[in-house]
Amino acid sequence: MNNETVLTATDLARHYPIAAGAFKPKLSLKALAGASFTLQRGKTLAVVGESGCGKSTLARLVTMIEPATSGSLVIGEEDIATASLKALAHLRPKVQIVFQDPYSSLNPRQRVGAALEEPLLVNTDLNASERRARAQEMMSNVGLRPEHFDRYPHMFSGGQRQRIAIARALMLEPDILVLDEPVSALDLSIQAQVLNLLTELQERMNLAYLFISHDLSVVRHIADNVMVMYLGRPVEQGPAAEVFANPSHPYTQALLSATPVADPNHISERVVLKGELPSPMDPPSGCPFNPRCPKGFEKCYADRPILQNISDNVAVACHLFD
Amino acid sequence: MSLLDVKNLSVEFRTAHGNFRAVDNVSLTVEKSEVLAIVGESGSGKSVAMLAVMGLLPWTATITADVMAVDGKDMLNMSPKARRNVIGKDIAMIFQEPMTSLNPCFTVGFQLGEALQAHLKLNRREKKERIINLLEQVGIPAPEKRLSSFPHQLSGGMNQRVMIAMAIACQPKLLIADEPTTALDVTIQAQIIDLLLKLQQDTGMALVLITHDMGVVAETAQRVSVQYAGQRIEMQSVKGLFSEPHHPYTQALLSALPERAVGKKLASIPGVVPGQFDRPDGCLFSPRCAYATPRCRTESPVTANADVGFALCHYPLKEGNPEGHPGKEEAVA
Repeated sequence: MNNETVLTATDLARHYPIAAGAFKPKLSLKALAGASFTLQRGKTLAVVGESGCGKSTLARLVTMIEPATSGSLVIGEEDIATASLKALAHLRPKVQIVFQDPYSSLNPRQRVGAALEEPLLVNTDLNASERRARAQEMMSNVGLRPEHFDRYPHMFSGGQRQRIAIARALMLEPDILVLDEPVSALDLSIQAQVLNLLTELQERMNLAYLFISHDLSVVRHIADNVMVMYLGRPVEQGPAAEVFANPSHPYTQALLSATPVADPNHISERVVLKGELPSPMDPPSGCPFNPRCPKGFEKCYADRPILQNISDNVAVACHLFD
Repeated sequence: MSLLDVKNLSVEFRTAHGNFRAVDNVSLTVEKSEVLAIVGESGSGKSVAMLAVMGLLPWTATITADVMAVDGKDMLNMSPKARRNVIGKDIAMIFQEPMTSLNPCFTVGFQLGEALQAHLKLNRREKKERIINLLEQVGIPAPEKRLSSFPHQLSGGMNQRVMIAMAIACQPKLLIADEPTTALDVTIQAQIIDLLLKLQQDTGMALVLITHDMGVVAETAQRVSVQYAGQRIEMQSVKGLFSEPHHPYTQALLSALPERAVGKKLASIPGVVPGQFDRPDGCLFSPRCAYATPRCRTESPVTANADVGFALCHYPLKEGNPEGHPGKEEAVA
């Protein structure tokens, strides 16, 4: 399989201005503060973290829904910060997204066939019969039957709707598919069907996945590389097998130990974290994890640790490894 | 005598398209100080069965049961007034979304006080003391300050703690938790599960945990009841369930867990849970079952013995093999 890099992000950041009051200066909410990663064809990068850690902001930047405040994002050869409008128009079809909730991401008044044809209508010059043929081909690829073509979304179950959403995202033959919690709204037996479909499509179409999830058992199964985020910053990054087998950052360790294991004979040595995620408006000084960290020491309250390699592949942002 | 005793509970909803049976002949018992988990996918009737016990279903629901008793008190033919004395006192329930189950217009302290006022005769000072005590018990920092907070000023995890405080306010004998952690993050989920188990051990109340997360079940429950399409299809100890499931659905569900995958491909169950209009004849799981025979498609199974986990199946699994199954050839025919 060809493992060429299709996307490179360097120090990607996104700050949102927040009005603090009529006569006060605007505050800035650092939803994402410096994430660097690459996506390769046929590989899956999973982004893991709690709500508010910047996972979805990352998805919005990668899909070019929002511009980055700073940092660079290179898709293919093109840096999107400097690309012309015309170049951007060519880049957008290369990155597609599947959302979490298939009940709200499909237009209830649009037939499945029309939903699948719409990306082609907007972005290509294909005529009606060609579009229809492409849509029908994609439906069979994701395991939908031809008679579903003229049905409305309400006639489908959650799993089938997620198949429609995946089919719609793949209509333009993207290089990168961003999956924002694609299975967390689905039941266990349906979740397995959709995950199998995603694995199969990745192999067949050689897609790069950016898989956003908070379910570590799913991530462990599907991911090649993993990036653990806390308060807008990656705290641990590396191959999934290594990170799961030997988590280094205290937050990764806590996250892994907090995930319930479906085995009653498993003795869990749970690191229960105190407190909750601090507000990103007012992050603690030093390491953002210090109020909850079981291993914090003086340095953690003074300096923010930077991401550094602790082995060939794994990078961790923690003073324990200085 | 069991704390909660339910025999052959059925709940039917009147809908525009005829009656829909959401719970179908479900029986279960909960002993004192026991943790029972009810597992099932959405639409399996696990919440509705417990709402029926609490008497919280809308008027469109028809509840029938042979027995439905809490601590010996018959909940089925109880007057609404008498029921109000039991609900919130002997049994209490917490719900999935803490943000929507608390009233946004009243402070946390006021809402906690309501439960106490309804069931216990306390004066104002005693009530306030008890509320602060409760908030402390569920691990809310600076409880005196939190009394005057509104739900929107607290995070999801804190709101769920308030809900738990409210539920345990009158020291119930039975606490029903309906997906208490589904809306929360993993690290907060771990905190809430630990809190529920600690309270259960400290006060000796029984806990019914409704969930779809097999991980939560494995870590908390002593006994598990599995529901599918409104029916209870299996009930046994948690260790037994994970090591030797007796119903094909339980077996398939467990092998669909990503942790149990061999290689990249997950074992999945084909098809979907039947809805109101596509209920199959015979066994409700037969269209998705790997072992289904013509008998399964025509004849409804009866509940088997305790040694095969009360499995609702013609051929309950023993050591992974269907007992009395005619063989693959006939299954295909």
